[in-house]
Amino acid sequence: MARYAMAIDTKRCVGCSDCVAACQTENNVPIGFCRDWIVEEMHGQYPTLDLEIRSERCNHCADSPCVRSCPTGASHYADGGIVLVTPEECIGCKACIVSCPYDARYVHPEGYVDKCTFCIHRVKEGKDPACVSVCPTHAFIFGDLEDTNSEISKVLRTRKNKTLIPEAGTEPHIFYLI
Amino acid sequence: MQELTITSGRMNPGIDPVLHAWGWEIPVYLFLGGLAAGLLFFSAYFYLKGKENTFVTAVKTAPMFVPVILGIGLGALFLDLSHKLYFWRLYTTIRLESPMSWGAWTLMFIFPLSVLWSATFLKDVFPSWECKIPFVARFIEWLKKKRTWMAYGLILFSAVLGMYTGILLSAFNARPFWNTSILGPLFLISGFSTGAAFILLMSKDEEERKMFSRIDMVLIVIELFLIVHLFMGFLASTQVHVEAAQLFLGGPYTAVFWTFVAGLGLVVPLLAEFMEFRGVHIPVKIPALLVLLGGLILRFIVVDAGQSSRWLYKFMQ
Repeated sequence: MARYAMAIDTKRCVGCSDCVAACQTENNVPIGFCRDWIVEEMHGQYPTLDLEIRSERCNHCADSPCVRSCPTGASHYADGGIVLVTPEECIGCKACIVSCPYDARYVHPEGYVDKCTFCIHRVKEGKDPACVSVCPTHAFIFGDLEDTNSEISKVLRTRKNKTLIPEAGTEPHIFYLI
Repeated sequence: MQELTITSGRMNPGIDPVLHAWGWEIPVYLFLGGLAAGLLFFSAYFYLKGKENTFVTAVKTAPMFVPVILGIGLGALFLDLSHKLYFWRLYTTIRLESPMSWGAWTLMFIFPLSVLWSATFLKDVFPSWECKIPFVARFIEWLKKKRTWMAYGLILFSAVLGMYTGILLSAFNARPFWNTSILGPLFLISGFSTGAAFILLMSKDEEERKMFSRIDMVLIVIELFLIVHLFMGFLASTQVHVEAAQLFLGGPYTAVFWTFVAGLGLVVPLLAEFMEFRGVHIPVKIPALLVLLGGLILRFIVVDAGQSSRWLYKFMQ
């Protein structure tokens, strides 16, 4: 079994928002919504400022509160630990939306809950997710953590990295190289 | 200094800038569910105690309202769904980890049970009523013999229903203000207290009023203790929980919570009931209405405040 994850190099990311646009185009994300977004975090005091740019999205957590709180099983783990919503099973109760500490979900205008899918339709074809493939600075590494020889496994072994609010206890699977 | 911005822009409707996934429907349901749980509990409990002819309002009259109250609550829940035509999916699976699933199944049991329970008292409450359909009349007669069993079932399910209204929220660790196990007992006690207040409002019998006034006083005192514990717990917890508590201790919810919920909804009715107990005449409807209103406002505030407390993106507020 694969365990998909994403590593995002904050030293390479320039915050161009190409990943956001690529996602919206690839996944037909309704206008006014987004499945990924760019956060710029500034630390320090002039002149010693430190800027970290992050492309953020659903963390495809291994212990996902959204999957746990879903009363119908619409939110589920698909192949490779990708967290997905089955629209035909979703009743729109929004329990998953309030359960997500990353605020990564929203109600699609058609009524069901929607979010990042890690572009599972592309991953199944052996391609990278849309956001990963368009990045002009190659800041993303997408791959299988179970495969110890995969690029992502290697980079997570060698580069200092972090996840967002691991203290929320959800085992997030988006890693930021710092 | 730390400064955060979402430079790609993020304004997902209902999520940003402040989470607003749940509007009026959920607090209304939580209130009505708690109220129904309280009414059913008192009805079943005093029936088992053999007080059906002493506390007529509590045992026989109040259950008549329960199917209506639960019906309105369920209607509110249905309105909250954004993918309404798929609501039946709730009943094609049981998800033990999901409080929402527990709630849906609890309602599946308690709603019909409350209808049957009130049906057995129809003749007591409306003596002139006559069941025209012989089959139904026979069924009700048969049900009357099963009241004891139904009462045990009601006690169990009403406790689950009352508790669940709080657990639904406390299970979400993403919303620090909800993420406290005190919320389950707090909503249970508050639900029972609104139930007692509802009975007080309807009862014409002096002895019954005295009893429920006393019950309500005890419940209010417990509720006040739980509220103190709620904030003690938050203040002794992590940064996000401390911030959640501060929403009520100087933050935007301070005035509305301490005035309408703690003051007018708990302390004032407690004092009124206590003075009544000591012989000062105060119309019993005043504390009863205050308790009901306080219970409703409590749920609105808790649902709203929970959605305002978060881990990330605090700068968006």
